[in-house]
Order: sequence, then structure tokens, then C-alpha cells
Amino acid sequence: MNLTPEQQAILNGEKGEVLAKVMKTLVMYGDAFGAEKLVPVTSKYGHTVISFGINTMKPVYDLYDQLLASGAEFQQKFTADPLPLDPNVPSNLLQDLVFKQFMYKLQPRYEEQLRRMGMKDGKDFTCACYFDEVGNIPEKGEVLSWAESSAVVYANSVLGARCNRNSGIIDVMGSMIGYVPYFGLLTDEGRKATWVVEVKTTKKPEAQLLGSAIGMKVMEDVPYIRGLDAWLGTELDKDAKAYLKDFGAATASNGAVGLYHIEHLTPEAVEQGDALIAPGAQVYVVDDAELERVKASYPVIWKNPNAKPKLAFIGCPHLTMDQLIDWTKKLEEGLRASGRDRLAVPTVLTTAPPVLEEFNKGPYAFRLKKTGAILSYICPLMYMNNPLSKSMPVITCSNKLRTYTSAKFYSEDEIVGVITGKENK
Amino acid sequence: MAKTFKGRVVVPGTVTAKALVSRGGFNTLASYQSALMFGDKDVKCGDQNNPDIYKKPMIGVALCLPQTIGSTTGGMVFYTAGALGKLPACMCFSKPIDSLAAAGAILSDVWTETHMPVVDSLGDEFLEYVKTGMSVTLAEDGTVTVE
Repeated sequence: MNLTPEQQAILNGEKGEVLAKVMKTLVMYGDAFGAEKLVPVTSKYGHTVISFGINTMKPVYDLYDQLLASGAEFQQKFTADPLPLDPNVPSNLLQDLVFKQFMYKLQPRYEEQLRRMGMKDGKDFTCACYFDEVGNIPEKGEVLSWAESSAVVYANSVLGARCNRNSGIIDVMGSMIGYVPYFGLLTDEGRKATWVVEVKTTKKPEAQLLGSAIGMKVMEDVPYIRGLDAWLGTELDKDAKAYLKDFGAATASNGAVGLYHIEHLTPEAVEQGDALIAPGAQVYVVDDAELERVKASYPVIWKNPNAKPKLAFIGCPHLTMDQLIDWTKKLEEGLRASGRDRLAVPTVLTTAPPVLEEFNKGPYAFRLKKTGAILSYICPLMYMNNPLSKSMPVITCSNKLRTYTSAKFYSEDEIVGVITGKENK
Repeated sequence: MAKTFKGRVVVPGTVTAKALVSRGGFNTLASYQSALMFGDKDVKCGDQNNPDIYKKPMIGVALCLPQTIGSTTGGMVFYTAGALGKLPACMCFSKPIDSLAAAGAILSDVWTETHMPVVDSLGDEFLEYVKTGMSVTLAEDGTVTVE
């Protein structure tokens, strides 16, 4: 790799041993992918996937102590993924004990580290850092040092920023030193589509299902998607952005997609059209039958596959303000249809703390509360990723949550039926 | 009969170990989570969606896999396993290494005392040939001998 004199000096240890090791890590990371140079991180803010002070990962926080002890100034502030704990979310006594006294015992230590390393704001714990209310919104073409698969795929695809699918720790090191290796999705060549996806459904495909199907098919490749603009339109309005947030999260978790192009809609597809498609690109056709096939293929790993759900999570990734309002209406309609006043299954809707704060000021907060639903800033994945929660029959309409945990997937209409008791009427 | 495969060196080193083969993508978080959480000395794989290696010890083996999949916490999970001395002896990828596994291997190499050689791009034939329990020897130049 060709380093500038300044980068070489850091690698040589002229700014201390710790920064030299950070530089060595980023150079080796780039070398693994044939990067010929490091490029400056140009976004205003970074984003880190590590938001949890989990006991198991103590070596990570020890490493961060080393970074802080070096005295080096971080080159940018950053946002972080959602917090793992929220007292509003139902949990039993054993879970409370295990979560607070054992699993997340290091949470206060880590939050203090985040503050010292340069957390943008104490409220900015969300996987959807690009929400207007949060304000970590990179410009098209900006180079990022982010991790969190759903945020990276959104930034690349919807905002046109440039970021690889980085790991936790690498994200923070890039923000610290201000450079990232130039390879993959940072390059024009790496942003070409090697798949063409033809969407031929008879109705608007559910974002979480379509994303899952495409992710499982193309894995880490870049898809160019045709036919979706018929359902989403050609303007990146609030509805389209919310759809693409959920769609992208499913492509990134059910596969490893870091960038997709939607014909006539996403910025690079609008600008470059078919020129984004690499020669010899493979073709994948998605119709109603294919979506049904994909949905039927999801394993149910509950001990009792017919168990009555004990909890439902909606909002992985976090919900937008408009989605919160839509869900409030859907739950009210569902309850009316089932003749009930309150939800039949404890249900948690999750969103970013600043969105939650705004939502609570408006009229829908009271209406949502009246259904019995709980509004939280928690990370459902963090809640689920432990043996106690793993054995709980939890349901979700998030394909990301389904993939990483034991949660059972339902389409949005289906989950409304279950949680409002319509299904058992 | 011994068979050799030539890969690309990601983290150099030499080692001989018994193979543990994941034919599908290796979900790093799901595989390590329980073992790290409960201090399992054998570091048994906890990914119930991966029948090839579920409940099999991962420490000290030659982990043979196509790529890793799953959460972008993957690299920090490898790093943590490295810091706790719970990594495989080496990793042999049939495909080009993915960014999360590369990050984990490099973070372990630079920031911990653990040294885990890694080679990638060994080809589909490698993963078809190698079976769990076979002996895998990784040489400094990225040559992998399976017998």
C-alpha cells in the first residue's frame, strides 16, 4: 500500500505506539483486499455498531482504554447502535438479574468510554442514525467509517455515500485516525451491480421479505433492482426511504449486501442507469411464488413451534416517525376488528431516542399507549441474544431479528392479526 | 492421500491442526456467543443453524469455511476470542475472505498475543475435499496440505 508521508510517520510510531498499531490494523485490513491507498474519512460523523457493555466482550473495552490512554484526539464524533437495556421492555426477575448484574455489567464503563471517544450526543443510540431527528446524514460521495450492516447499506444505497461493511472496532479506528482503506464499495468498480433483479410481483412486495429473498440470493454482491419503482415511485420521499430502510436491513442480514441500486429511484441508478450493471451480471426474477417460497423456508427454532407468543418486537431497524403513526393506526384497526381494547400479546415498538421524544409530544403517543403497546429505544437483537430470551417464544416482522435470533417471522398483516387477537377470534 | 491447495496469505504463519469444516457461511456471533458468555473451555459452536459444526469444539482446530456471515460485530467477536486465547489454530477460506473475518483476524494479530494464520481463496475444491477430523497443515506461503 502506498502511504502518504503523514500516514507513514504514524505507522512508524512518530505519534505513539497505539496510533501506530491502529494504522497497522487499517493497513493490514486494506492489504487483505488489495487496497493501494488510505483515503480520508470525509463524513461529519462516524457510526459504531458496538453500543453494549457486555461482560463477555471485556477485551474490547480494555482495547478502547488503550486508545483513550494514548491521548490521541478522535478525528470525528460518532453515533452508536441502540442500547441493550430499557426498563420499559417486559422482562422477568431472572432476566433483570442476569441482564443488569451479569450480562451488561460493563454498560456504564462502556458508555463513559463512548462519551470520551466522541459520542455525538448522549441520545444518539440507534441503528438508524441517518434519521432527520438524529442528524447523522452523510452527503452523496462522502467516505464513511461506519459499521452496522443496516446503516451501511442505507448510506451506500439511499444516500449514495461510500462505506465498506466494516466490523465493530474497525469503525472506531477509522473515526479515530481519519482514514480508511480504499477498496470495495469505496471504488466505482466495486459499486457495479453483478446481479439484475427483476421484481414481477402482483402487489407491492413486503420490504422485509423482498430484501430477504434478494439477500439470500446475491449474498455479498451488488444487485440492480428493476420493477420496484412501479411500487415505490421515482422519488425518494419519506415512504420510499422507510421502505428501503427495512428492505436494505433484510438484504444485509439475510445476505451480506452492502449496496443495492433501485432503477429510477436510488441516486446512482438515477444518474447512471444500466451503466451500473457489470458485464455478465446474473439475473434473479422475484414473483409472488418466489416470495412465498422464501417465507416458507424460514426455520422455526422454538422448542414448541405452536407455542403462544410471549412478546412481539416491531422495529428492527428502528421505526421512523411515520411508521410509528402507521403502526398506531394498524393496531387500533386490528383491535376494532377483534373487538378487544388491548393487545393480546405484549408488543414493543422500537425507535431512535430523539424520535421517541418527538412522538411522545404528539397525539399518537396516547393512542399507541392505549392499545397496550410499549414504545422503546432498545435494540431487540441485544434483548434476544442471550439464552434466557432465546427460549422465549418471541415474534417479529423483522427479517433481521428473525435471522440472528430465535424470533419467529410474520408478515406485517399477520403480526397485526396475532397481536391484536384477531387470529384467535 | 495428501492433497495440497494453494491459497492467498492473509495472516502468515505455519500450523498443523485437525479440520473443522463449515460448508455453509460461518456465523461468527452465533457460533461464539454462548461459548464466550459461559466460558466454555472447548469453545463449542453455538450456531444451531449450522449443523456441520453445531456443538463441536472450535478451539485449536483448522476452521475450514467459505466465508463468514452475519452481524458486523463479527470482527470484534474474533478479536475477543483471540484476547481470551479461544481462537481456532488457523482459518482456511475457500472464497476470498470477507471484510468482517479479515477485521477479526487482523485485530487479533495486531492487538493480542494470539497468532492465528489465515489463508483464503483456496477454491471450492478445497471445501469439497476437506472433511472434519482430517489433518490440515498450513505453510507460510499459503499452501494447505490436507491428509
